[in-house]
Amino acid sequence: MARKKRSVPGINSSSTADIAFILLIFFLITTSMDTDRGLARQLPPPPQDQELEDIIVKERNVLAVRLNASNQLMCGSDYIDIKDLKARAKEFITNPSNDPNLPEKHPKQIPFFGNVMITDKHVISVQNDRGTSYETYFNVQNELIAAYNELRNELAMSQFHKKYAECSEEEQEAIRDYYPQKISEAEPKNYGGKK
Amino acid sequence: MGKFDNKGKRGMPELNTSSLPDLIFTMLFFFMIVTSMREVTLKVEFKVPQGTELEKLEKKSLVSFIYVGRPTEELRKKMGSESRIQLNDKFADVSEVMDYVYQERANMSESDQPYMRVSLKIDQDTKMGIVTDIKQALRKAYALKINYSAQMRQ
Repeated sequence: MARKKRSVPGINSSSTADIAFILLIFFLITTSMDTDRGLARQLPPPPQDQELEDIIVKERNVLAVRLNASNQLMCGSDYIDIKDLKARAKEFITNPSNDPNLPEKHPKQIPFFGNVMITDKHVISVQNDRGTSYETYFNVQNELIAAYNELRNELAMSQFHKKYAECSEEEQEAIRDYYPQKISEAEPKNYGGKK
Repeated sequence: MGKFDNKGKRGMPELNTSSLPDLIFTMLFFFMIVTSMREVTLKVEFKVPQGTELEKLEKKSLVSFIYVGRPTEELRKKMGSESRIQLNDKFADVSEVMDYVYQERANMSESDQPYMRVSLKIDQDTKMGIVTDIKQALRKAYALKINYSAQMRQ
């Protein structure tokens, strides 16, 4: 029974555009293009036992950064402005003039650099009050990380003639060995009574 | 100049719109891909601080969020205007942070768990007391990778 081929009527597709528009508008509204950015930090693991093992650190190796409840910044033994913190931190980390009050230097074998004198024992200790505002604390963290990033960039520029971010994995590791990031956060103190 | 005194009405050729749906679909797919739907309703108001040394937060599936700030306008009468912590969809206490981290970690696949990161979205006027408590709780829960959410300073 050979049938005559019937022609199939075409589906009217003029409304596809409208359907797509509705979907498009829905996703347009729900979308949020802004990517989340932030300051990445690593917390120390919790103390294993209750006995606190105090690691003895020489005084010259520590840069104490303190914040009080009225958001004043103290670096070492004097009050400073937040703008000066980066320069202070950089001087502390590098100890360019071999100052006896700044961190001691030890020789270390690092790939690409050979045997170099670095301040691998330095520690920047940040201590804040419970009443310090988060903004101030954040700015301090930001400045300290900026100090490290600038130093690493300068080193990468002088050694590899490119930015730190553009260096290969091994080169970055060598630079991280040269300037290890050591920011320690002490347990906060509550000087003012109000939380 | 018979060429120019053509008074007769000329029919406007119809614009072919058959490719319009395809164009729209392309845009649709673009927005579908870049979209990330907010899965929690915010109950706190916060304005994150501004910084310069920020890193992008990669892979949303590995990130858990903790919000800290003042309750929103409508909730302020009930909850007061003190800084509060929000986990998922509800207000929480510092003691609940640990459970929250464990729960978030359990929801991840085994291979992703070491890469878990906690993003702290904290209002810039918050006092450090509450932030420190959260940090201690995170340390106890071994969620050591954190990220202080911030905006790029122009």
